Amino acid sequence: MKIVVIGNGMVGHKFCEKITQKLGINTARIVIFGEETLPAYDRVHLSEYFSGKTADDLFLAPAGWYVSQGITLHLGDPVHSIDRVNKTVTSLKGISETYDFLVMATGSAAFVPNIAGTDKKGVFIYRTIEDLELMKSYAPRTSRGAVIGGGLLGLEAAKALLDLGIADTSVIEFAPRLMPRQIDDKGSAVLQSKLQQLGLQVLTGKNTSAILGEDTITGLAFSDGTSLNADMLVISAGIKPRDELAAACGLETGPRGGIVVNDLLQTTDPFIYAIGECALYNNMIYGLVAPGYEMAEVAATHITETSRQDSSALKSFTGFDMSTKLKLIGVDVASFGDPFPGQGHSIVMEDSISGVYQRINVSQDGKYLLGGILIGNADAYNMLLQTCKNNMPLPANPADILLGPRNGSASAGAGVDALPDEAVICSCESITKAAICQAVTDGQETLDAVKKCTKAGTCCGGCTPMVKDLISATMKAQGKYIRNVVCEHFDYSRQELLDLIKVKSLRSFDEALDHYGHGEGCEICKPVVSSILASLWNDMILAKGNDTAQDSNDRYLANIQKGGTYSVVPRIPGGEITPEKLIIIGTIAKDYNLYTKITGGQRIDLFGAHLGDLPAIWEALIAAGFESGHAYGKALRTVKSCVGSTWCRFGLHDSVSYAIRIEERYRGLRAPHKIKSAVSGCIRECAEAQSKDFGIIATEKGWNLYVCGNGGSKPQHALLLAQDLDSETCIRYIDRFLMFYIKTADPLTRTATWLNKLEGGIEYLRNVVVNDSLGIAASLEAEMQSLVDNYKCEWKEVVESPELRKKFSHFINAPEEKDPTVKFETLRDQKKAADWK
Amino acid sequence: MSTISSTAINWFFACKTTDVPHNGGVCIKYKDEQIALFYFSRSDTWYATQNLCPHRRQMALSRGMTGTHQGEPKVACPFHKKTFSLKDGRCLTDEHECSLTVYPVRLEDDRVYIGIQSGVEVGVPVTVEAL
Ligand code: SRM
Ligand SMILES: Cc1cc2nc3c(=O)[nH]c(=O)nc-3n(C[C@H](O)[C@H](O)[C@H](O)COP(=O)(O)OP(=O)(O)OC[C@H]3O[C@@H](n4cnc5c(N)ncnc54)[C@H](O)[C@@H]3O)c2cc1C
Ligand code: SF4
Ligand code: FES
Repeated sequence: MKIVVIGNGMVGHKFCEKITQKLGINTARIVIFGEETLPAYDRVHLSEYFSGKTADDLFLAPAGWYVSQGITLHLGDPVHSIDRVNKTVTSLKGISETYDFLVMATGSAAFVPNIAGTDKKGVFIYRTIEDLELMKSYAPRTSRGAVIGGGLLGLEAAKALLDLGIADTSVIEFAPRLMPRQIDDKGSAVLQSKLQQLGLQVLTGKNTSAILGEDTITGLAFSDGTSLNADMLVISAGIKPRDELAAACGLETGPRGGIVVNDLLQTTDPFIYAIGECALYNNMIYGLVAPGYEMAEVAATHITETSRQDSSALKSFTGFDMSTKLKLIGVDVASFGDPFPGQGHSIVMEDSISGVYQRINVSQDGKYLLGGILIGNADAYNMLLQTCKNNMPLPANPADILLGPRNGSASAGAGVDALPDEAVICSCESITKAAICQAVTDGQETLDAVKKCTKAGTCCGGCTPMVKDLISATMKAQGKYIRNVVCEHFDYSRQELLDLIKVKSLRSFDEALDHYGHGEGCEICKPVVSSILASLWNDMILAKGNDTAQDSNDRYLANIQKGGTYSVVPRIPGGEITPEKLIIIGTIAKDYNLYTKITGGQRIDLFGAHLGDLPAIWEALIAAGFESGHAYGKALRTVKSCVGSTWCRFGLHDSVSYAIRIEERYRGLRAPHKIKSAVSGCIRECAEAQSKDFGIIATEKGWNLYVCGNGGSKPQHALLLAQDLDSETCIRYIDRFLMFYIKTADPLTRTATWLNKLEGGIEYLRNVVVNDSLGIAASLEAEMQSLVDNYKCEWKEVVESPELRKKFSHFINAPEEKDPTVKFETLRDQKKAADWK
Repeated sequence: MSTISSTAINWFFACKTTDVPHNGGVCIKYKDEQIALFYFSRSDTWYATQNLCPHRRQMALSRGMTGTHQGEPKVACPFHKKTFSLKDGRCLTDEHECSLTVYPVRLEDDRVYIGIQSGVEVGVPVTVEAL
């Protein structure tokens, strides 16, 4: 038997994989013709060619694969004609091959609308590696880019232009909104504002009438009379199936293109199949890779069975889910199932502050999920897609799946455990939950191993988070403890390492490496061990040879800034400062020519200090009664306060005094990540305590203590831990809470993330901290007290030690000289760092 | 990349061994140029590279954290933690990043000398084979 395949794209390649698997190698002769000069590559990740991937990285099969499978591959040689009577194809170079079965996998081409001037220099399409190479060599001459098409591919092309360094890039969409086929008006509006934040201009409702310029593009004219300057244009207005060869040999094609196929993927000639983006099934072109792979599977099965005259396991194509998640652009966008509400209900969550828009469509009876749209935050995509695809029942209150459980109610999120075994996790490769769990049970316990063994997650990668969750869940179900080892030098989790270092009373990184590590350490384990040592003993961090084991900022007790200078942040507890101290800060800033700014943490930052000036600047600050603010450390930062009952007419207690007390208690405390706090004098909450790692709000009867809030990129409100506490009890609870966090969190995990991963959540934490369910409260308090007693201002120690001061110079062989490459510019009467690159 | 024909090396005195912290770096001034010098105490080995991080052109590598990656000595830039091999200067975290120039180091008692290829400007990447 002989099979000829036309097109060596993603789907043509997948067909070869499937057919050799099913028939066995060398049972049939397989010949494949490809028009492109490169063997099949991963078009889905084409854009990564601009962010560092090479053609080699993108190839779907290792060199030599075709030969090893007995497949003849003709590259750079498109098929030119098909003779159906004699069952022969002929290529451009004149090679003729007969076939028993012919498979057309010719894909599609970029659709270029009929606009005058698309042949001008500087106009590109976005489909092949060759297109990208042409763009890459043209881009350096370009300062203004434009993309026609605001769909999935257009946005990807726009991001590519940004990656090519064309900061001024516009996206032009004919429809009144972006991604008109996947998302609704509101979603589009949120997406548009997010893209604008990334620096893309978005023009919707614009019909391009002409491309301007002599023989090189200079701009675009629109039908509404407006125009846009551009010296590079990418057209990404849709796809056009490559059906020209099929049409020429008399196969039926659709009125708007595409080779008509039945549900076995046969064209109107039963010996000719069409699969992938060139196939028109049920009046629909499937422009995604997963349905194409499914088509390859169906066609390969059918050919195998026809050749064996066995129709026992006949498979047919029945359409495919078109859910998608946009990748790469830096904004989460996903749509799944039926994104537009038909019958039934919609639940919409819109948060214009953080730019999140989520809509889910629910069946009339409220029991099932029909589809939805997620913009700004698509973390829930995989789980929602699975809930939808597997017809899983929704929680009693369907909104919970978007908003999460509220009012302390039990978790609404059905985790991966709830998925049926048949749930298809990786739709590109059709890998089920059962197959992934089986691989884990068989000993593939890392993501890479599971990917290799099952192929799940190897194509579009969208399912990777869910595969990870399945690996953890399966291992846990087997009673295996999942350890996050620190790095290649320590085979322990942070928590284990902390216990070991404590038991052995180790005091330096070197000792820890001698006892529990191997190699020389690295930039991952050094800060972890240093942080553990500081959390256990609170020794001066630059002593005992530990200075070079600190993260670079800790090593110089200051944050490095653009250009290589440092910032100086003295502690200003509770944000309260005397006029005298304000004057001193001003004087020092003038003496050393520093830029000054009030920070978001209620204190003052002095920027632009040379390394060699740091000790003298701190000497002056310390003489005036200041201390280190630990702005450089994974340590307590600020305890913000509102003015409270001393002045405010609503104040219930003196929030400033309490904030100062708290800040002075925990100053210098080092932890897995930085910790922040705030105290508000009443429920109006002017200090924003509920956005802090721990926050305190005055009540009529005392203080409410909230924990595990976070600002930053994923803001999260703190949760109430205990109510109406007196000042002493509140501090004892904070001692226990912080010490428990320090002992159990993974490296660089803020309290919010730590709580999210803590089994049992806030109830469990409350049990440990308030009810002492583990019986460790007393020891946690004692450990905290010893850290508090051990506190010293580390800058004071440096200033007073000539030995340590020596470490603060730029040139070891010219200690008096400053780095001559440091440059400043002027802005609003102060200096700023010169821009880099 | 510039390749060089002459292999004559000028050794200049950089500093005392005791000036350099264990498992960390210092910056050496050489004429108008800056060289980062590192000492690994466990293996008692010395390395020198340009001080300029090629990523954002920052004079910072001497202040970076040192370590190993599968036995290969490396330094992490304080700015964005790109890591570079101290053996051949190539970037370990981003294959597209430029490599560092590396210099030979020689000890005489407690004196550290760094070797500069005559005719080569400091800070200009040189192919590894040339050194
Ligand atoms: C100076 C300041 C901005 C300002 O001009 O106002 C600032 C500046 C920096 N922030 Fe911040 N953050 C500043 C307030 C904040 C706040 C607001 C607050 O504390 O009330 C937040 C959100 C609250 C929070 O942390 O939950 C904030 C969230 C971050 C984050 C994100 C943390 C997260 O959990 O997602 C980072 C990145 C990190 O730590 O990994 C960050 C990191 C940084 C770094 C350290 C980036 C760096 O590595 O160079 C900046 C160094 C400044 C320096 O050298 O002094 N900064 N940063 C503020 C200093 C406050 C202070 O007095 O210490
Ligand atoms: C930038 C970009 C991003 C994408 N992102 C995603 C995504 O995130 N998710 C997703 O699911 N899909 C995505 N896609 C779509 C996905 O790449 C396609 O669905 C998939 O490649 C279709 O495979 P195919 O084999 O049908 O067509 P193609 O991969 O286009 O292969 C067809 C091949 O046939 C060749 N050919 C045509 N005519 C002939 C002839 N006469 N003789 C010989 N050879 C011929 C063509 O040159 C081509 O090499 C993206 C596409 C692009 C361009
Ligand atoms: S928000 Fe970003 S840019 Fe601004 S100070 Fe914080 S880290 Fe720096
Ligand atoms: S400047 Fe060195 S890593 Fe960015």
